[in-house]
Amino acid sequence: MTATANLPAKSLEVGTPRRSPRHFILLGGLILALLALVAIAAPLIAPHDPESVDVHRVLGAPDLQHPFGSDVLGRDVASRVIYGLRASLLVSVSAVLASLILAVPLGLLAGYFGRWVDSTISRTLDLILVFPAMLLAVTFIAILGPGSVIAALAIAVIYLPILARVMRTSTLIVARNDYVAGSRARGASHLRVLVTHVAPNAFGPAIVQASVLSAFALQLEAGLSFLGLGTQPPTPSLGGMLADGREVLIQAPWVEIFPGLVIVVAVLGFTFLGEGLRRIFDPRGVGE
Amino acid sequence: MSRQLGFILRRLLLTIPMLFVMSVVVFLIIRLVPGDPVRTMLGFRATDANVAELRHRLGLDQSLLDQYLGWAGALLRGDLGKDIVSHAPLAQLLAQRLPVTFELTGLSMLLAVLVGVPLGVRAATGGRWIKRLTEAFVIFGISVPDFWLGIMLVLIFAGTLVILPPSGYVPFATDPVGNLRYMVLPVLTLATGEAAYILRTTRGAVGSVMNRPFITFLRAKGIGTRRIIFGHALRNAGPSIVTVIGIQVGVLLGGAIIIETMFALPGVGRLVVTGINQRNYPTVQVGILAIATIFIVVSLITDLVVAWLDPRVADGGGT
Repeated sequence: MTATANLPAKSLEVGTPRRSPRHFILLGGLILALLALVAIAAPLIAPHDPESVDVHRVLGAPDLQHPFGSDVLGRDVASRVIYGLRASLLVSVSAVLASLILAVPLGLLAGYFGRWVDSTISRTLDLILVFPAMLLAVTFIAILGPGSVIAALAIAVIYLPILARVMRTSTLIVARNDYVAGSRARGASHLRVLVTHVAPNAFGPAIVQASVLSAFALQLEAGLSFLGLGTQPPTPSLGGMLADGREVLIQAPWVEIFPGLVIVVAVLGFTFLGEGLRRIFDPRGVGE
Repeated sequence: MSRQLGFILRRLLLTIPMLFVMSVVVFLIIRLVPGDPVRTMLGFRATDANVAELRHRLGLDQSLLDQYLGWAGALLRGDLGKDIVSHAPLAQLLAQRLPVTFELTGLSMLLAVLVGVPLGVRAATGGRWIKRLTEAFVIFGISVPDFWLGIMLVLIFAGTLVILPPSGYVPFATDPVGNLRYMVLPVLTLATGEAAYILRTTRGAVGSVMNRPFITFLRAKGIGTRRIIFGHALRNAGPSIVTVIGIQVGVLLGGAIIIETMFALPGVGRLVVTGINQRNYPTVQVGILAIATIFIVVSLITDLVVAWLDPRVADGGGT
């Protein structure tokens, strides 16, 4: 540590080394496109029926027929991973989309009109933001019961205040521009100004945040399914597979390694995409 | 000083509505269950007499306001009700479960701070390779879900090396060494992600302080880097680091729900998950209440520590 005193001041620069945002977007986009393709084409790609039980293949090691081995009930792990990916992506992406659809108008209204509209919306959403995400999700599911739709709803509600807050902040910044005042002066209605001028320019940071949150949503969904609170068996889900293989982890690690690896890759995909998008659409760091 | 006192009082008062809102939400859990929660709890073989009895015992046959007042009053007197499966008093159950959750989250946070803060300082002030290395650690720690990390750690340390138990628990009082052996893998699992967040925040906070003119001035005065970092940069970065630690306690408590289930640790998180799957609503309520209360108290302490480190916060200024 004492050696740093003699280094040039450049080495004291903040944060990460600057990489081109295109690399991040390309890498993240490529990973996600591949995973999405696998998820969509699941019935065509999956080598076996993900739910068919085979007593002769219980905990079978990976081979040519079953590249990822088979699980406690002799089901093909590769096919289950493919279908599980489909379920996990469906829940997490639709949750974030639902959240975004609600958050955009709320954030726009709060940021554009300010005053009581802002304080009503912001204070209400702050109530959600106070508590940790996992605790909220578990509380939500404690009320409505386990299941993939409920899990998606819970995730959507949890991320609503975050997305709305980002949208509000970027609306505040955009609404200060002269062209907004000019448009109003020319007699445009509030609605018209919001839709044609404010919303398109304020949207960027919210999209960035949505991409970042998708990574967290995927982890949250996997966590809930792992606990038996998300997607319910026999429907395969990545988190559920991790729970099934827990008891046999040491004898048959393939039951756990492959679904886990897919989660990690998908999370990395969303993270890279979000990071790249952030550097292009949110240089001010509104979503930080 | 009086401003500081005013801030402390305001912050303490703010805790009351938070606890109130949280208690209402937890109270409503059982009331919001679609259909008849008592029938759901008892299963389809329950007789009408059983249902009426449990409904009466849970106070569900009174008006909502009476129910809340009765429930909250009992809570304040320390009467948390009974587990409907085991019939054990919930206060006693909680007293057994809380130490496990405290140990898990406490040790994880300690490890995360011990790793994250020094590495964050090095990342902000060190050379290129340490920046790259810490950046890789941050990406790894944030992207890898903790339960997958847990699985890998079990495979390595319990499966291949066979030096640690894969899961289980013994109380610290019974067997301190055994207890710590069981805690190593869960704590490593939880702490890795936290350390990454703390590292990132420390790097950012220390980095931005290091760019300020007064640091250049201190350098010009000939003060050594070590003294600048520990005497000035960390001192100024402190409030941001403490704030993140406070927020991350919430994430840790959430993560503990998964990690306790995964490593078979009998903590509060596992109590809640088992409770949800058994439709054991009183137990779920008490578990969630406990976790949320811990979080509210930790947030309070965090805010007070931040105000103490940076008196401008108490003036309403902020950093």
